[in-house]
Amino acid sequence: MADTYLLILLTLDATLRVATPLILAAMAGLFSERSGVIDIGLEGKMLAAAFAAAATAAVTGSAWAGLGMGISVSIGLALLHGFACITHRGDQVISGVAINVVAAGLTIVLGIAWFHQGGRTPTLDASARFTEHALPFADAARSIPVIGPLYAEVISGHNILVYLALAVVPLTWWVVYRTRFGLRLRAVGENPAAVDTAGISVTGLRYSALVIAGTLCGIAGTYLSTAHSAAFVRDMTAGKGYMALAAMIFGKWKPVPTLFACLLFGFLDAMAVRLQGVELPVIGIFPVQLLQALPYILTVVLLAGFIGKAIAPKASGTPYVKERT
Amino acid sequence: MSQPIKLPKWVDVGVIPALNILAALAVSALVILSLGENPIEALDVMLYGAFGYDEAIGYTLYYTTNFIFTGLAVAVAFHAGLFNIGGEGQAYIGGLGVGLVILALDGLLPWYALLPLAMLGAAVFGGIWAAVPGWLQAYRGSHIVITTIMFNFIASALMVYLLVNVMIKPGQMSPESREFAESAWLPMAHQMFAVIGIDVSRSPLNLSFVLALIASVLVAIFIWRTRWGYAIRTVGRNETAAIYAGIDPKKTIFWTMALSGMLAGMVGINEIMGVQHKLLLNFTAGYGFTGIAVALMGRNHPIGIVLASLLFGTLYQGGAELDFEFEQITRDMVIVIQGFIILFSGALAYMFNPLVARLIGRLMPARG
Repeated sequence: MADTYLLILLTLDATLRVATPLILAAMAGLFSERSGVIDIGLEGKMLAAAFAAAATAAVTGSAWAGLGMGISVSIGLALLHGFACITHRGDQVISGVAINVVAAGLTIVLGIAWFHQGGRTPTLDASARFTEHALPFADAARSIPVIGPLYAEVISGHNILVYLALAVVPLTWWVVYRTRFGLRLRAVGENPAAVDTAGISVTGLRYSALVIAGTLCGIAGTYLSTAHSAAFVRDMTAGKGYMALAAMIFGKWKPVPTLFACLLFGFLDAMAVRLQGVELPVIGIFPVQLLQALPYILTVVLLAGFIGKAIAPKASGTPYVKERT
Repeated sequence: MSQPIKLPKWVDVGVIPALNILAALAVSALVILSLGENPIEALDVMLYGAFGYDEAIGYTLYYTTNFIFTGLAVAVAFHAGLFNIGGEGQAYIGGLGVGLVILALDGLLPWYALLPLAMLGAAVFGGIWAAVPGWLQAYRGSHIVITTIMFNFIASALMVYLLVNVMIKPGQMSPESREFAESAWLPMAHQMFAVIGIDVSRSPLNLSFVLALIASVLVAIFIWRTRWGYAIRTVGRNETAAIYAGIDPKKTIFWTMALSGMLAGMVGINEIMGVQHKLLLNFTAGYGFTGIAVALMGRNHPIGIVLASLLFGTLYQGGAELDFEFEQITRDMVIVIQGFIILFSGALAYMFNPLVARLIGRLMPARG
């Protein structure tokens, strides 16, 4: 019994680790899409940030410098996205795809040219990474039944970026629903003309949303290469940006439901790892690919309106044209 | 600058695309320069790698074949105003269709009898993989971009499951099906040339290249010379107008996506029936995504798409040569170039319009 409980706790612990980049990237997508800009480029921004962070941390030996560089590069790509689809009113999806492809290529090309390890960055020492912190009394709490192990295994013992990701969710909620900026952000995603009429800059709001998205993707990427792992490897994000996008849609563009979607997707991923090659009674070897595909299948089903309804911000995807003839 | 700027047609189809591509190549050249290599030299190496000897030409055209199919797939959807980002998954599943047909019949029928059946397999499987998102977009209002992305991932999981658990050749570690009987292989270019007495080096180039060219012609006729093509273009321009013209936009969206998926599925003919001769993982290798760049660069016109495919074929084959000749750059540079082409020919397609319009205004004073 105690073993089963520990197994559940360890799976939850793994869930949190896998879900962290999803949460950060999904909140990034939320800001962007709530302002009316589709963000397919979450994947590319995360990937570029992961590379920039690992490369910087490897050279400087500082994880924080890595974080700074990761965020800067990600914001840079977000601004490029804005330049293409806010300033030049280009297609938002195409711009996002471009960012993903450029990031996929540049991280490998620069990685090989700078570090000569086939696209890997040098392995980081513990001092150049975000390492795990035990929360106070974690070991002492272990002896308390039920809650003790939960505290020690799941809640304690993560790196600071995990806690940051968890803090970002209520913060996002507060910003989007309780501040003036959030009200305007939601308005500009639904009806930019009304916001414009009120004398507020649509362009300014959308650029700010993209900068926030860039920051969050930067943290997510940094987490991957300097906290979750100790180096950057090619194509490190492996679709996590798209999964975050799916989680955001699954959470209907709302912070708290999105958090739960990220945790659900993270849990499925953790389960898939755990069940790999495990022989189960009756069904035999479990098709883990089903678990891996489930987030995407669920999102498609949800989008199709078969379970609840997911409605995107109304102005999402359309560039704003100020004057009409 | 709020209104779209009206430019003469020759500028719109000639000058602007050329400027966009030049911008993409210029930025790529800057990347190469910043890594301490000479971009002109790199271009030289790539051109030699792509065209310098007959085996290289074969490889270049083999890559071109895949890009023509995926480029056409993306373009057909674009004409209906749909962004099919799922060419990768549709090509993957299309290949599954090809594989299933051949695995079932390869001892019984020769390749020329199998080819129509395999193409049917590719069309049905690839077509369905695109038609479902099309149906969801038309009748359930789900966003086609998101659904097709999701379908890429679902396709990938499905293929891993099938190859690891179901279709794997017994007693083998790597997740691949058994090899097809040799009688089911599509004729290779070097074999076809040998028949007429010309000696050509072995390369993966096969009959599919001809099929791709035929497909381009058919798509051109279909889009601009048939009522279905007219329906697709009308829906793409203005759905309301389409309804007034008696066109059902929902049905059109569904069938356009099906057609798009069929074209993407034809990658399976080239890869599975023509080159690999067995089902295996990841044979699509990003060709579906490159199709987006190809369609954007080719301005959704089959002639443009064939030319853009040739350029990407050149980049893919020539890029392989970079690994051997340069210390600092590898074939992955091709992905960077591809990204910049999508950026400049797609997302920033209109960036140069005001500039060019001003230039033309100055050179050719108003003629009324």
